[in-house]
Amino acid sequence: MQNALQIVYLIPLLPLIGFLVNGLGRKHLSKSLVSVIGSGVILASFAMSIWVFMQVKGMATPYVAHYFDFIKVGDLKIPFAFQVDQLSSLFLLIITGVGFLIHVYSTSYMHKEKQEHYGRYFSYLNLFVFSMLLLVMGANYVIMFIGWEGVGLCSYLLIGYWFKNTEYNKAANKAFIMNRIGDLAFLIAIFWIISRVGNVNFNDVFAVARGEVDLRKFTGTDITAITLLLFIGATGKSAQIPLYTWLPDAMAGPTPVSALIHAATMVTAGIYMIARSNVLYSMSSVTMDIVAYVGLATALLAATIALKQNDIKKVLAYSTVSQLGFMFLALGTGAYVAAVFHVMTHAFFKALLFLGSGSVIHAMSGEQDIRNMGGLNTKMKITFVTFLIGCIAIAGIPPFSGFFSKDAILLSAFEKSPVLYGLALFTALLTAFYMFRLLFLTFSGQFRGTADQKQHLHESPAAITIPLIVLAVLSIIGGFVGIPEVFINGGDRIGAFLSPVIKPHGGHTVSHSTEYMLMGLSTALVIIMIIAAWFKFRNYQRTEEKGLGKVLENKWYVDELYDKVIVQPMHQFGGFLKSVIEKSVIDGLVNGVGRAVNYGGRQLRLLQSGQVGSYILLMVLSMVIIFALQFFLRK
Amino acid sequence: MLRDNDMVAFFLIILPLLTGLIAFSLKEEKVVKSFAFLSSLATLAVSVLGLTLMNTEENLQFTAQWMQPIGSSFSLKLDGMGQLLCLLTAISYPLVFLGSWNASYKKPNNFFALMLLAQAGLMGVFLATDALVFYFFWELALIPMYFLSSQWGGEKRIPVTFKFFIYTFVGSVLMLIGILYIQSKTVSHSFSLNAFYVVELSSKAQSWLFWLFFLAFAIKMPVFPFHTWQPDTYEQSPTPTTMILSGVMVKMGLLGLLRWLLPVFPIASYVWGDVVMSLAIAGIIYASLIAIRQDDIKRLVAYSSIAHIGLMCAAIFAENKSGMQGVMLQMFNHGINIIGLWIIVEIIERRFGTRKMSELGGLAQKAPVMAIFFVIIALANIALPLTNAFAGEFLMFNGLMNAKSNYYLWFTVLAGLGIILAAVYTLNMIRRIFYGEVNELTAVATDLKLNEKLALGIIVGLIFWMGVYPQVLLDVTDNFSQELVNKIDISHLFRKQ
Amino acid sequence: MPINYYIFLSIALFSIGIVGVLTRRNAIIIFMCVELMLNAVNLMLVAFSKMHYKAALLAGDVNGTAGTDGQLFVFFIMVVAAAEVTVGLAIIVMMYRNIHSVDVNFLNRLKH
Repeated sequence: MQNALQIVYLIPLLPLIGFLVNGLGRKHLSKSLVSVIGSGVILASFAMSIWVFMQVKGMATPYVAHYFDFIKVGDLKIPFAFQVDQLSSLFLLIITGVGFLIHVYSTSYMHKEKQEHYGRYFSYLNLFVFSMLLLVMGANYVIMFIGWEGVGLCSYLLIGYWFKNTEYNKAANKAFIMNRIGDLAFLIAIFWIISRVGNVNFNDVFAVARGEVDLRKFTGTDITAITLLLFIGATGKSAQIPLYTWLPDAMAGPTPVSALIHAATMVTAGIYMIARSNVLYSMSSVTMDIVAYVGLATALLAATIALKQNDIKKVLAYSTVSQLGFMFLALGTGAYVAAVFHVMTHAFFKALLFLGSGSVIHAMSGEQDIRNMGGLNTKMKITFVTFLIGCIAIAGIPPFSGFFSKDAILLSAFEKSPVLYGLALFTALLTAFYMFRLLFLTFSGQFRGTADQKQHLHESPAAITIPLIVLAVLSIIGGFVGIPEVFINGGDRIGAFLSPVIKPHGGHTVSHSTEYMLMGLSTALVIIMIIAAWFKFRNYQRTEEKGLGKVLENKWYVDELYDKVIVQPMHQFGGFLKSVIEKSVIDGLVNGVGRAVNYGGRQLRLLQSGQVGSYILLMVLSMVIIFALQFFLRK
Repeated sequence: MLRDNDMVAFFLIILPLLTGLIAFSLKEEKVVKSFAFLSSLATLAVSVLGLTLMNTEENLQFTAQWMQPIGSSFSLKLDGMGQLLCLLTAISYPLVFLGSWNASYKKPNNFFALMLLAQAGLMGVFLATDALVFYFFWELALIPMYFLSSQWGGEKRIPVTFKFFIYTFVGSVLMLIGILYIQSKTVSHSFSLNAFYVVELSSKAQSWLFWLFFLAFAIKMPVFPFHTWQPDTYEQSPTPTTMILSGVMVKMGLLGLLRWLLPVFPIASYVWGDVVMSLAIAGIIYASLIAIRQDDIKRLVAYSSIAHIGLMCAAIFAENKSGMQGVMLQMFNHGINIIGLWIIVEIIERRFGTRKMSELGGLAQKAPVMAIFFVIIALANIALPLTNAFAGEFLMFNGLMNAKSNYYLWFTVLAGLGIILAAVYTLNMIRRIFYGEVNELTAVATDLKLNEKLALGIIVGLIFWMGVYPQVLLDVTDNFSQELVNKIDISHLFRKQ
Repeated sequence: MPINYYIFLSIALFSIGIVGVLTRRNAIIIFMCVELMLNAVNLMLVAFSKMHYKAALLAGDVNGTAGTDGQLFVFFIMVVAAAEVTVGLAIIVMMYRNIHSVDVNFLNRLKH
């Protein structure tokens, strides 16, 4: 059956229709109708994605659907085309699947909003899914870039969804602007590719990179520059050093948005892009090293910050940054499949955790500070259990999904260098520690909030708990698609599935016994960390942070540093240009010319004495001068 | 032999000219308003007709005797760029009239008549293929604008418009000197564009003439550092005039570069290309940084316009087809977007009596439709994909990246900083006007009226149409750009040596 | 007679005229000095005209008209001078009627 691929355009088109209907009809459609349309289109896309997924399974070459030429200038043709292969179909499933669950969740979470804002929310959410689908389905870098900026826009709109709050709006601006910095690098990479290849289709670019096309070639510098620029683009979208500070601020948006955009899908766009360009990346060891180190540094930095955060969503946000760092570490060590695998499992458990935190916030009437929570496990059983599953999954305890993907990453780091492995393992331990700190502070011990909040505590309705349960199940079983070879021969199903897109690199260099040892080590240490967290935070008492703790609580003062080093100087320089250069120098020069003419006129006026004699004298003198000039300059 | 179709070019000029003269005599405000609106619609119809008659081999041309003895004839041509800019002018006018329908002016007959006369001048500039005719219309477009700004403008209008007039006039007189010099050097002592294209000039003479012409165009566009008349004039002019000034009139300078500068002085353009690009790109960053610090919306939009024009100017001097096509696309789309922005700025100014962002805020609660339109247009202005400016900026940056200059990478990166800074000031503007809590001033705000919705709706429609399928416009100018690039290609000069 | 004599005489007359115009304040005297300059030019024209005619004759051009246009100019200048006298004297008379003087230094109203 070929027709699933022929109507593949429906997958992004349906959410777009949902966006238009909900957006234009937000004042007229009832809330339930908006919910049905908003979630329904995503469900339909999800069904289509499953169908597509079934069909691409055995495909050796990607399916490219060409619709029309977006831009055509001379030799440069940029088609509006979709490419469906194993990698994109996997992302399609994650986006539409998780996306659908979050839409369902939102119908309950946002039900207090006014009708038109409810419609606006769902239209934004649909637009986001549309852009994200465009991003992963694009058959060339430009279509990918369209989706890339599109998701950035939706992120901006949704962070600033409660637009009355100035702080939220500032966070939205920050997200958009930091993304734009990355986008610029992405764009320059595209132009670089165009100047070498002549177009931007993935297939053509990779063919040139592999040396399958005679006429055009990349030099080593080209490859390194292009991959580095693309990576800078990825640091913007996927919140890596130095462009990561927008993501924690982005938690200003509604919690389902944080779950969908700022945890499960959009922020993994950078991973997708690099996995998609794996042919290029594999050719530049410089870039690979940089990617790995930046990823690791980010993972470590974010994990340390997460240790001391008190906002439930901020902890999760820094955890997301840290997990994304892990994925980049995987990419940088050449384990593209492990990165994609971790994207998938991370989408499950991080969406679960965010939605769980949303459920908590909902129950706590908007309270987000975990110091004011505690003892919620008895009041919110489903939320607690699913949250616990999420924490176990992210900590990496077998057989939960996080274990398999994180293990694949750690193993590939170990192959590269034991130092990388050591740092990565340390970060993984920090992860376990702060996640269980979060869990214990929230759910165990005594309730530390106000009496009013206590009165109001309740388990969330089904529209919230069902997505939680589904995601919890996925978090448990999601890892079984990538069981390492040491356990079951042929267990790495995801690697096999992706092999047409990502060439599997040669067998592991690590012996089975070492691999068992590493797994055992990491699992044992993680469990120790969890126990440590249990004893430390079982009965939490509020204390002031000092010393390093305070630095961590203030996120290493990176925001302040950026403000002092970049934002303020730029602002002051702008002011300097406005009030000094523009007013005095440039306009001064322009007006100076006018003034000089005026002054000259005033001075020359004095010659006009009205004395006929002086006029004649001048006339005679000038004539004599002219004659003299004529006489001497003749030669 | 004159074909019937060739009259299109002539009608594009004569229609606004005649209706403009008639409009002087219509004293009733409603009557003259409707009359001007109908006239602009008729011009639009003619322009669209011209577009449908366009075929790729031959351009619509119109020639009549004018001043034969000195080698000038009244000749017009509707080539790709002419089509595009005439269409822009023709679309802009109805939008401007519609968008500012609620504003009322003293002596409305003179106001609308002058607006229409300026349109005739603009059309003439875009169509002329004779240097003298070009110069004639160049001034014809300037003079009504001067009167519009100085009669109906803000408090400081007199010194500001005086400066505007003198500044641009100095530029055009320099150009006139250049025109006369070239005419004396042509074989047949002719003012015709084709004679200018084949004129033999020493490279030293080219350099001098290049700067004479460039100054005129640079002041008009305006390019840093010749821009200081612009923010003041935009601020002080009545908004419909500002719309035409910024949406259409600045394209005169760009057209000048494309039609009268590069192909006439290919060597000097190549030699001075780096200098001009550096100026233009310095202007992008300079104007963007100043825009970040503006509190007045009109001035902010004015500086953002300088930054956009700077990018177009730089892309022109990249001298390749991608850049040229990007400029063509962007000339049109920038006009549409900025008119949209001005329409909303005008509404805000008229309703609240202030243009200061610090005094506004929370408008999105009271006027959601206005907020949506503004956000869409503002985002189009910063070239978000699938809005109209993206394809143009993409092609322009691609052009810069493939420029022959040694510093192409620097130019691209530095110009690229402009798109980041553009996001900074645009999003801040949105935030400060529309988001946040309402204050006493904005608490009583009302949403858009029907005519405003209609004008903005058309603009937003164009934004998405051109954003998703920019090929419509690219096809119109494809031939023109190709010919232009061939004309300015001087690589054969190097090969001989 | 060699042409030089005429030239020197003409220069002398012209210089006297210039000096007179520059130094005298009486309008009538200035007027006469202007006439003197014009006549110096006339003398020059006639002298050169004669010279050219003679040269052409010696070269064998019997019916030649060489140099005649110089004399034409002389008549021209005389007519112009006559016209000038009429207008100029009229102005001077008007001036005398108005300010009872013919001193040009009183006439500095032009600067306003």
